[in-house]
Amino acid sequence: MTTSRPPFVDFDKVWLAYNDESLAQGRFAVEEISLQAAEGEFIAIVGPSGCGKSTFMKLATGLRMPSKGTIHIDGAPVTGPLKISGMSFQAPSLLPWRSTVDNVLLPLEIVEPHRSQFKARRDEYRERALRLLRTVGLAGYEDKLPHQLSGGMQQRASICRALIHEPKMLLLDEPFGALDAFTREELWCTLRDLWEAQRFNVILVTHDLRESVFLADTVYVMSRGPGRFVQRREIDLPRPRDLELTYTAAFTDLVHELRGHIGAARQASTEAAQ
Amino acid sequence: MKQKTMQRWAPVVTAAALLLLWQLVCWLFSIADYIFPSPLTIAQAMREFAAPIAEAAWKTFWVTMLGFAIAIVVGVLLGFLVGSSRLAYAAIYPLLVGFNAVPKAALVPILIVWFGIGLGPGILTAFLISFFPITVNIATGLATLEPELEDVLRVLGAKRWDVLVKVGLPRSMPYFYASLKVAITLAFVGTVLAEMTAGDSGIGYLMQTAGSQQRMPLAFAGLVVIGVMAMTMYELFSLIEKRTTGWAHRGTQGD
Repeated sequence: MTTSRPPFVDFDKVWLAYNDESLAQGRFAVEEISLQAAEGEFIAIVGPSGCGKSTFMKLATGLRMPSKGTIHIDGAPVTGPLKISGMSFQAPSLLPWRSTVDNVLLPLEIVEPHRSQFKARRDEYRERALRLLRTVGLAGYEDKLPHQLSGGMQQRASICRALIHEPKMLLLDEPFGALDAFTREELWCTLRDLWEAQRFNVILVTHDLRESVFLADTVYVMSRGPGRFVQRREIDLPRPRDLELTYTAAFTDLVHELRGHIGAARQASTEAAQ
Repeated sequence: MKQKTMQRWAPVVTAAALLLLWQLVCWLFSIADYIFPSPLTIAQAMREFAAPIAEAAWKTFWVTMLGFAIAIVVGVLLGFLVGSSRLAYAAIYPLLVGFNAVPKAALVPILIVWFGIGLGPGILTAFLISFFPITVNIATGLATLEPELEDVLRVLGAKRWDVLVKVGLPRSMPYFYASLKVAITLAFVGTVLAEMTAGDSGIGYLMQTAGSQQRMPLAFAGLVVIGVMAMTMYELFSLIEKRTTGWAHRGTQGD
């Protein structure tokens, strides 16, 4: 990853206070965040809940502007919502009155240039959505309503919705947090395969350390109150990775090491509070 | 299966039992018709006065429908305004609540002064009494939007209007239909109220006249007719609701 190309995601000493009042009092949701990710890199941000991981997502998508510092994505400074990003959350938040395929198509009805072409190219778009659904194992479910799908299937559909406009950057905020352990591991593999095939940038926010080590190229550990990066760890496990890897010593050592950083960060913040 | 058949016939059985009990009470205690008529005498009155009752019912029906139609238009527009803008909510909602608390019966005399005896007060009372639930439900439906979904759409460049049309309005449809069921019964109340105070026609006027002449079977016949009309409209909206927003009633579809 030592090319001369500028990083795809570039956070330079970014601070964010949620409003003027907390800015005046010097209370920041995230402090001095610096991060560089190369094009196509898969990064994960781990940390305890309430540490500003979701704030980071809002900054990366341009839904929030930093109070201090600069953010560049894909070579350009972020000035507003970034259409090149797709988002998916812990709650699948599919529209209950739309079939699975129509849910996946929703972004194309909104984002330009697809929006103005939607009527004319509807069949083509539908074909694209069906192809995407097939790759995540939802073939045959396209006309079902969300409540007819299991939680894992809904989450798959939600990820398809995030990817339908072929974004360069996929942002996932604890996407598998509400699923049972087996379904979660299945979806890790689904996400891994999608990423291997398309190589978009991924920013995965999670509190599952195993998840971050299994999927990411680089893991950032965040501390709580203030939200800061306390550790950056490259995951040099060979790819392609499969679930067997999670039972090897190399894998558990990495998870253990990251757990240590989180523990240290928590201790430091409790001491600071006292 | 047996449970289901029982459930289907349960309302018919209770209604029949109630009528039977009513009839028996009237017979056993030989209650005079001009105080508390039995179901049979009411049925007789309905047959005897079928033509004037039908005429009055038709009048009441379309007056109610006119008022109700205005209530839908105004209710939806107000609900849309209140539900889509925080400022509008802050500015209008307390006033609406205050207005809703005013007993509509107290407004009828004022409406008579403004519009005279006739159809005006009926239509307006039906409207005034029934738009509030529609407004509140549309506003509620629009306001309950998951912040995550909003982020997903906003990052794609969605404007407020897009979110309202693609997400807010469809989401508020079940609330809308639920409110129509409540509103239509209220609208009938409004019309009858105005007809009794200031009408020169309609079921309310018919009941008022019959009552003052101590023709209780006829007054009760009017009650039955108004009840049946309101119930039929309620069921109609209930059916439309099930057809169009089935996704919101997955528990009751039994699939």
